[in-house]
Amino acid sequence: MADHDVLVVGAGLAGMRAAIAAHRAGANVAMMSKVHPVRSHSNAAQGGINAAMRGAEDSIDSHVYDTVKGSDYLGDQDAIEFMCAEAPQEIINLEHMGVIFNRDEEGRLGTRAFGGASYARTFFVADITGQAILHVMYEQILKAGVRSYEEWFVTDLIVEDGECRGVVAIEMLTGKLHQVTAKAVVLASGGVGRAFEPSTNALICTGDGIALAYRAGATLLDMEMVQYHPTTLAGNGILLSEAARGEGAYLLNSKGERFMDGYAPNMRELASRDVVSRAEATEIEEGRGVDGCVFLDVRHLGAEAIRTKLKYIYEAALDYAGIDMITEPVPIRPGQHYIMGGVKTDPQTRTWDPDGAWKGPRGLFAAGEVACVSVHGGNRLGANSLLETVVFGKVAGEMASAHAKEQPDTPVSGAHLADAEARIQALFGRPDNGERTAKLRLDMGNAMNEHLAVFRNEEGMRSALGTVHGLQERYEELPVVHKGGVYNTDLIFHLELGYMLECAETICEGGLLRKESRGAHYRRDMTERDDTAWLKHTTANVGEDGRPVMGSLPVTVTKWEPQKRVY
Amino acid sequence: MQANLRVRRYDPEEAEPSARMQEYHIEVPEHFTVLDALIQVREEEDPSLALRCSCRASICGSCAMRVNGQAHLACKTRLSAVAPEGEPVTIEPMGNQRVVKDLVVDLGVFWNKIRAIEPYLQPAGPEPEEEYIASDESMQNLITPMGCIMCGACVSDCTALEVDENFLGPAALAKAYRFVADPRDGASHERLQTLNEYGGVWDCTRCYMCVEVCPVGVAPMDRIMELRDSVMNEVGVTTPGARHVESFARSVARSGWLDETMLAVDSWGRFNIPKLLSQAPLGLRVLVRGKLPLPWPFHHKRAGAEFVGRIFKRWESKKQ
Repeated sequence: MADHDVLVVGAGLAGMRAAIAAHRAGANVAMMSKVHPVRSHSNAAQGGINAAMRGAEDSIDSHVYDTVKGSDYLGDQDAIEFMCAEAPQEIINLEHMGVIFNRDEEGRLGTRAFGGASYARTFFVADITGQAILHVMYEQILKAGVRSYEEWFVTDLIVEDGECRGVVAIEMLTGKLHQVTAKAVVLASGGVGRAFEPSTNALICTGDGIALAYRAGATLLDMEMVQYHPTTLAGNGILLSEAARGEGAYLLNSKGERFMDGYAPNMRELASRDVVSRAEATEIEEGRGVDGCVFLDVRHLGAEAIRTKLKYIYEAALDYAGIDMITEPVPIRPGQHYIMGGVKTDPQTRTWDPDGAWKGPRGLFAAGEVACVSVHGGNRLGANSLLETVVFGKVAGEMASAHAKEQPDTPVSGAHLADAEARIQALFGRPDNGERTAKLRLDMGNAMNEHLAVFRNEEGMRSALGTVHGLQERYEELPVVHKGGVYNTDLIFHLELGYMLECAETICEGGLLRKESRGAHYRRDMTERDDTAWLKHTTANVGEDGRPVMGSLPVTVTKWEPQKRVY
Repeated sequence: MQANLRVRRYDPEEAEPSARMQEYHIEVPEHFTVLDALIQVREEEDPSLALRCSCRASICGSCAMRVNGQAHLACKTRLSAVAPEGEPVTIEPMGNQRVVKDLVVDLGVFWNKIRAIEPYLQPAGPEPEEEYIASDESMQNLITPMGCIMCGACVSDCTALEVDENFLGPAALAKAYRFVADPRDGASHERLQTLNEYGGVWDCTRCYMCVEVCPVGVAPMDRIMELRDSVMNEVGVTTPGARHVESFARSVARSGWLDETMLAVDSWGRFNIPKLLSQAPLGLRVLVRGKLPLPWPFHHKRAGAEFVGRIFKRWESKKQ
């Protein structure tokens, strides 16, 4: 008998929302994560969550349009329409769960402005929105009594007869390997920001789910679409929320000019992130930066607003850069932040297509940053990521429960566990050739950040791909130096590096395949968007030789025909 | 700059596991945090070193540990702040929790205490169709306790927990405050009744350690004191702790200073003869050594006691 009806891999917002939905649907559901749920990276979403439900002029259609435009027309419009239509109810659901959203004067939910949005439709909790929602979601998990495998690291998805039937995982506190079976598996394990150096992402964002699904035969979509956030702190590269610009912050160059006037005369600082990041990179390149940075200036907002509405980033600038934002502008630069691409799913979060247009194991669902539905296309709007996690997390939990109900109780072979054990023993048995995981990861991160950042070209992407291939070869000999069982992070980082290298390879291949500039994928050697040839998604499937086989899928357009994108 | 780290190591898989200090001397940039330095050790010197960390930005709560004897978030603690001249920095796992390996502790106790306060909203009636109407002020008031990242630093250094593992502890009580003070919660009264029991709000010794070590400004003890007020107002004065507070105020209002004998009598109850008798030897010893003011009826008013009394009266009328 399967251990669970539904197993959710990842316990951030998408994962916990899926688990709650599955629990409510009556399924025996469990979550598994390599960290405790409240350590998940959803914490880091600061600014807010979008829904069109305030103001006489705002509408679902406007939210859809802004998202489609933000995506540079690469988002699938049916999925975007679904997400935006579900948004208001999900905000209410979160509020009912206990999220302490900011209120207006009448005691109703209040909003703030955000990038790329026509109206102020971002609901928020100061600048700790992600944390405030994540912790409340975990409260609901405790209330429901959902089983949670905490600090379990997944090494394999079990696929038999084309059907996903569970996972093999390392229990980190003991080092033991286990096979946990389920009739449906939901991937909600986040993105792969750590393939870049630096990145705003937590150290845990290593693309585990993306690589696991890819190895298990799923299709990756638009992997080349990597978001650089416009405001990451000089030095350690941590995120300073878009909430600052939402509240009215300026971006200044070394001459003290609000340079966004020249790039996005209407939206200025609140243009979409790809546009703002490119503008900053241009300023810096053309000599109007200081030490590789431009400045974020909030002084005119006043000490009170800075201390309350931007509390976290105020403290972060003080702690990590020694800068008091009340009296000084803070140096910032674009930094890797989010990956729009991921495991291809339909709007029902299935990773397989019943009609066979793309491939993936049945019974495997995905939601959140690990997935590509696609609602973000070429560029994600701020505060749409939290929305994606809860909307599609809920769908995934419900769909997976329904799928599990239809499955017979098929016994699962013990061979998967034995294979994984043998593989890990082989890693322990590798001779120490002096190579270190951290060094390989850094080489990968630097190459990706150099060649797949805000500006790209053929030569650079080829060079990065070459670096990744070279690292993959070295990875085959890379030793695990520490042989212990209990909390062996040397082993975990080794396995994570394998995941990241696979993701990095598909990111480079996707970038090379897409012969145009669109959204975050801006090629200096092909600066125009090409709707005739490239209004389509790139796909990657693992080939027999282990290298990606690239392809494409059409973009779903409902009523918003591509237009020139001006902010 | 040079970082000189002394790290407490413990490996449960050794033949005879025992904790030991290990030194690492590494060259690091000026801006490095304790966490940056530990990561560098793990990456370049010693991959067997176990610690938890993730966000590097004081939001995930993974990397709480003791730095020079006090709980800190390693990612929020700059080396230059704790060792400006390159002094040795002692790094140990959190206290009050079982060590699993090196700097990794078992947070099971921590989470059990959180679970014990029923940490989820319990609305009064059926949910409204739209959002609950609540003032922005009431929500803003919850941002501070909601800012808790569950890192465990306060639990690590709580002096009351050290001697009484039944105490709910600062993190769980701050979380309890978050629900008691939430206008949408319908179970505040029941929550306060539970918090009034053994292990609840009255077991805090007001030592301020949790306020000092909390890396995100939750100030758990302040929340505990607010809960004490709520307990006295909503549940009543039913515990030695609450009677202690009342007696304290009564004595100061009346005589301008503390009648410690009455404090004991009021707190334990006038007719709690066994308890009072058991305290008598202690009382006599401090009296003999001149550390106790004369008890009632010899307890005299201090000069200016009337002024103090008036302050109390004014505050009482303001409260009403």
